[in-house]
Amino acid sequence: MSERQITFEVLRYNPETDDKPWVQTYSVPCQEDWVVLDAINYIKDHLDTSLSYRWSCHMAVCGSCGMMVNGEPTLSCKAFLRDYKGSKIRVEPLSHFPIERDLVVVLDDFMGKLQSVKPYIIPKKEKPVEEGEYKQTPRQLKNFKQYTMCINCMLCYAACPQYGLNDDFIGPAALALTHRYNLDSRDGGRSQRQEVVAQHEGVWECSFVGACSEVCPKDVDPAGAIQQMKIASTVDWYLEHLMPWRAK
Amino acid sequence: MSRKPYVREVPKTTWYMRNGRYMRYMAREVTCVFLALYMAGLVIGLVRLMQGPEAWQSYLAGLSSPVAILFHLIAFGFACYHATSWFNVTPKAMRIPQGDGFVPGKTIVGAHYGLWGAASLVIIVLMGVL
Amino acid sequence: METIQSDVVIIGAGGAGLRAAIALAETDPGLRIALLSKVYPMRSHTCAAEGGAAGVIKGDDSMDLHFGDTVGGGDWLCDQDAVEYFIDQAPKELTQLEHWGCPWSREKDGSVGVRPFGGMKIKRTWFAADKTGFHLLHTLFQTSLKYESIRRFDEVFTTDLIVADGRVQGCCAIEMRSGEMIQFQAPAVIICSGGAGRIFPFTTNGAIKTGDGMALAYRAGVPLKDMEFVQYHPTGLPSTGILLTEGCRGEGGVLRNKDGYRYLQDYGMGPETPLGEPVLKTMELGPRDRLSQAFWQEQKKGNTIPTKWGDCVYLDLRHLGEAKINERLPFVRDLAKSYSGVDMVTDMVPIRPVVHYMMGGIHTDINAATPLPGLFAAGECACVSINGANRLGSNSLTELLVFGRRAGESALAYVRGDSKPTVDTAEAGRQAAAAQARIQALFDRADGGETISGIRDEMQHTMEEGAGIYREEEPLKETTAKVASLRARQTGIALKDKSKVFNTELTAALELGSMLDVAEAVALSALNRKESRGSHQRLDYVDRDDKTYLKHSMAHYQGEEAPRIDYLDVVITKSQPGVRDYSGAKS
Repeated sequence: MSERQITFEVLRYNPETDDKPWVQTYSVPCQEDWVVLDAINYIKDHLDTSLSYRWSCHMAVCGSCGMMVNGEPTLSCKAFLRDYKGSKIRVEPLSHFPIERDLVVVLDDFMGKLQSVKPYIIPKKEKPVEEGEYKQTPRQLKNFKQYTMCINCMLCYAACPQYGLNDDFIGPAALALTHRYNLDSRDGGRSQRQEVVAQHEGVWECSFVGACSEVCPKDVDPAGAIQQMKIASTVDWYLEHLMPWRAK
Repeated sequence: MSRKPYVREVPKTTWYMRNGRYMRYMAREVTCVFLALYMAGLVIGLVRLMQGPEAWQSYLAGLSSPVAILFHLIAFGFACYHATSWFNVTPKAMRIPQGDGFVPGKTIVGAHYGLWGAASLVIIVLMGVL
Repeated sequence: METIQSDVVIIGAGGAGLRAAIALAETDPGLRIALLSKVYPMRSHTCAAEGGAAGVIKGDDSMDLHFGDTVGGGDWLCDQDAVEYFIDQAPKELTQLEHWGCPWSREKDGSVGVRPFGGMKIKRTWFAADKTGFHLLHTLFQTSLKYESIRRFDEVFTTDLIVADGRVQGCCAIEMRSGEMIQFQAPAVIICSGGAGRIFPFTTNGAIKTGDGMALAYRAGVPLKDMEFVQYHPTGLPSTGILLTEGCRGEGGVLRNKDGYRYLQDYGMGPETPLGEPVLKTMELGPRDRLSQAFWQEQKKGNTIPTKWGDCVYLDLRHLGEAKINERLPFVRDLAKSYSGVDMVTDMVPIRPVVHYMMGGIHTDINAATPLPGLFAAGECACVSINGANRLGSNSLTELLVFGRRAGESALAYVRGDSKPTVDTAEAGRQAAAAQARIQALFDRADGGETISGIRDEMQHTMEEGAGIYREEEPLKETTAKVASLRARQTGIALKDKSKVFNTELTAALELGSMLDVAEAVALSALNRKESRGSHQRLDYVDRDDKTYLKHSMAHYQGEEAPRIDYLDVVITKSQPGVRDYSGAKS
């Protein structure tokens, strides 16, 4: 199997010894079919056991191993070395998040925001389990299915310049999941979620750069979800003001 | 406590220089300035029209100056960029159910171009060019 | 040291842990629940399950058929009372998940769709395209956000159980972000920490599946049951071990050897079925153990295809057509394309069996209770046992729902019960201090020239050699001895990283310790079981021996010594051991 020597420039930060992050380089003998994560695992196993990063499934579904690879938010388990020409690859922790250590970032902000949008079914009418499943046609399923595919990998937040400038922004993934539940035929909780969605830090903070959708490894298209919610919120506003008798 | 999370500041004024994606976005946004200037020119025209034939004539003369023509060419170019860059992202905001799926993005973008062309044609006809 | 007091501590926040937490929060909103995981809940390996979850819902199916498929699939090593309970509860749990928003794939009329899986007489696998586990996990996680009484401790690595007065009274854990030890005091603990596939070199399991919870219970004196039963999934990508769901075969995919021949017909699973018309319980829809064993036989005959990652056979889905593949198997198409460079629409995918699932685990009864009062377990880390000697595909997702909830209910009954279990806080504090001292000792260890990756590689290699698809006395003895020596040698690992914040070298060393303990239980249980049953196939004892071995192996931890193995009778309610028949001709 052909081998390729690649220099990895890895951003290191140890809060106990460093004032700020710095770059360490490692020269790694890489196999042709490796992904960036394989090279990082090689570093951990053979060159430097102190390098910290998150990973688990190695099949792009657990969402642990998001990193900036050559400046682009990427799942390192799906970043094939064959797609990187040249002999150098730069690896940094995801942008816009505080660095806990090395390639590990602090995710508290997202976890709080996810909870704030009530990402669960709020049924229109409670139905006991004994009465069986809610009927949902393939058509109704398709309506929201795309937005269920989010693996919470945070690449979209690392790509979103608005989140970088103002971290009060609820952000792409959490809003896409809000949209997912709003569109679900079993759900009746949209009005409860609107409080968060329609505020300034909700959909209106988004200026539709579209970067989130471009980097999304699961084609969730959060940018689309947010624009659709803007339209729906606008319609709400007009209905409320032009037809006040329709208000709840 | 050993924790000391490090926050990387995002430069407030030059953030969009960081990559091509942001630059393209800024180009889409900034081009609207030229549209605004053009609109301002039109408003000035209206004002001049109200002021009487002489004012109107001098306005028209101003429009035919090389500087004004150059400005309009540039504004037209940017207007096209602004419009097309928005047309191309419209499918994201418009999800129209069709059969088992959704109306393809290409159709939505195509419809925008079609409407644009049709509207331009109507205006040209109204102007009496054709 | 920080102390957290709660009523129930759950270790592991994957499918089973989340289900247990929700059950507790729903039943008793006043309960204080601490949900610990060494990762964020959505990173748990439940997310990698693809194919589906079994539950009787359609008119042509019945509880008896599901029972028969499960018990027969498990080669009669299942506890049949547990299987009956499981099958009875399965549809209810899957429907509950539907109510919580799981995007199950649907029929035209809006009812939930089912697909066929291996070893099934009737189609009964509920599925969400080919990302069922992912959707199940995220549905549970997002639903859990509803309950304020569930207090999550993400990225908190449990190191020890606190056991006093013959009962569990909590656990000690390292908060990874600070490196600080926290003691969790609670009268009940539920372990839902998943399997240990990482003790083998080729596995569909993620890096986090290192058997930590199994080792916790084992070291606290709870036996590990039926550890020799390790399921190989017949269709993994050879380069990475990535899983290609059984749904591939359920939808009509076939296996071919190097001559394009559908070799399964030579191993008692024929006659050959027409392309695109899969017949249940026949050929490619035989059980996982048989299919993996057939691969091994083909390899011996020289009928496999050599690749740079080792020998393979082909999974052929081309006849399904692009539309069906995109609708039913979009994720695996993408996986095969990305990681093996093969588009299954136009080409056959090279695959090989890879370690997938541990049938064995922490010994529990039908209530998910272990013999240690206050300690409960559910999911892959537990052995209840409904999977017997070979798990029926798509029973595991249902299992973590059914027994996750059951574990929650049992823990609640225990803490609210007459015995009114309390925590001896002074003793808990002493044990926590001792646990902290042990961690400190790891940092102070002298360098004996050993490395984590070195010992891990040796362990994985010897497990594959001795305890792989086919086993034999001598290699098993070698593996057992090797793992024992590796356990001793791990004290020669010095931690180079002395920092506290997110020290993954420390957690890797702890995980290695868990894996070695679990690996030893696997190897020794396999050595002692001198018969062939389900996934445990001995070349030197080729037949099933119901007279001696219709029993569960129980591995008891003995400190630095090898575990003690004894046996426990299998519970049989209505199905006496019979012949596992997977030939379509006779059904």
